[in-house]
This record gives sequence, structure tokens and C-alpha cells, in this order.
Amino acid sequence: MMPLWCYLVVASALFAIGTFGVLTRRNAIVILMSVELMLNSANINLVAFWRYHTPLDMAGQVFAAFVIVVAAAEAAVGLAIIIAVYRHYRSIVVEEVDALRG
Amino acid sequence: MAGIEITPHTFFFLLSTILTLGGAIGVVNNRNLVRGSIWLIVSLFGVAGYFVLLHAPFLAAVQVLVYIGAIGILITFAVMLTRGMTQLQRRFSSLWWLGASASLLLFIVLLFTVIEPIWGDLSAVPDAPPGSTTDLGIALVSGDGFVLPFEVAAVLLTAAMIGAIVLAREARNADE
Repeated sequence: MMPLWCYLVVASALFAIGTFGVLTRRNAIVILMSVELMLNSANINLVAFWRYHTPLDMAGQVFAAFVIVVAAAEAAVGLAIIIAVYRHYRSIVVEEVDALRG
Repeated sequence: MAGIEITPHTFFFLLSTILTLGGAIGVVNNRNLVRGSIWLIVSLFGVAGYFVLLHAPFLAAVQVLVYIGAIGILITFAVMLTRGMTQLQRRFSSLWWLGASASLLLFIVLLFTVIEPIWGDLSAVPDAPPGSTTDLGIALVSGDGFVLPFEVAAVLLTAAMIGAIVLAREARNADE
């Protein structure tokens, strides 16, 4: 089997790529997709630590399953908000949706 | 750390890595959002490969069903419902270099944290057989396990479903 650090390095790279997408892209849908990437990197970490440290206690896998549930809820509500914003502003570029700017 | 021989396991690990990271780069760097959602599905498929390699077959199946099946389709629909935004001329915000250096710095910090042996022996390979899908199911519904978070997750999914319907509904129906 691969040592644990291989999985951790891949998860770190995936998290960093997701952070880049969240911080720099202008389209709100791409930002949501990047958040999904970051959640997936957390899932890789959870399952890898479960496999290498507590393979008999199922808490790691249960946590990963709950992360998937929350990600599904987040994607549904987030995309609904994006569609509502698009209907109102005719745009989902995050810089142009600034009604709450002080 | 060096000296990893090429076994089928290593080969599939590398394949999953290429799918995951290549798909992720495709997501953040595409010009066309329809292609971006396809790249996202490629990346999520690579993560499912990791779950298979880590002896978590149930999570791999859930990953394919929920992430690739449901969330992938949902994002594709959202891309198609916002047609005018699919191909923006400027993909990145004007401060993209700041975000790039911040994420690069984050990656370097995470890399140091991960390589440092604070998580126990990082090259140790477990020899005990891991818990099976049966154990996962028992842990999810047993009283001393995770039955309360399980029910809360069910409530959360219901609330999210109703909320998504209410938010995405046409505004003129809200007055009635």
C-alpha cells in the first residue's frame, strides 16, 4: 500500500487548487465547483486517516459520508441562489452582484 | 520516502492522482463552463478511485452516485440555465496573482505540516483488515453510534430540498 503521506500530499494539492479557484474566478458557479473540490480533499484526508490510524473504528468513514450529505445540500441551495441571482441581475459575476456593498 | 516500486496499487494511485489533480486544474482554468463541469466530474471520479484504494467501497459508490450523478448533473443544469455567463471574456478577477500566491503559500504550509512526522509514523502501513461496509451501517444506526447525526442529516436534506425549490422558483409566484 501507499504510505499515508502520499494521500495527504494529494489532498493538500487538491485543497490548494480549490482555494485558487474560490479566490480568483469571477463566475459564481466555478466558485461553487471549487468549494466541492475542497470538500473532496477533506474527504480524502478523513478516509486516509481512518484507513491508516483507526481502521476498526468507523468514525472516519461516517464523517466522510456526512460531508458528502452536507455537500449535496450546499450544492442544491447554492445553485438555487445562483439561479435566483441570475434572474435578478442577468449576471453571476461576483463583482457585479454588489447590492449589499456598504 | 523514496523507493516505491511500481505495483498495480501504485499504478492506480498515480492514475487517480492524474484524474483528480488534472480535473481540478481543468475546473479552475477552463474558459467554457460546460467543459468545466465535465472536468469536475473527472476530478470526482479520481477521488472515488482513492476511496477504492483505501478499502472504502461504500463511500466510492456514494461518491459516484451523489457527486458524479447528482451534483454533476445539478451543476451542468445551472451552467445551462445561466447561458450568458458560460464563456466570460475575463475568467479571473483583477487580483488573481494575490489569490494564486495565497493558495501556493497554503500548499507549501500544508506540505510542511504533512511531511513532518506529527501524525505518527507516516510510512507505516496498517496490516489489520479495516472495518467493512456492514460495520459502517451498524455505526450509522446504532444507539451508541451516529444515529442522532444521521437523523439530523435527514432533516438537513429535507430543509435543503425545500429551500432550493423556494429560492429557484419564479418571483411572481411569491406574491400569491
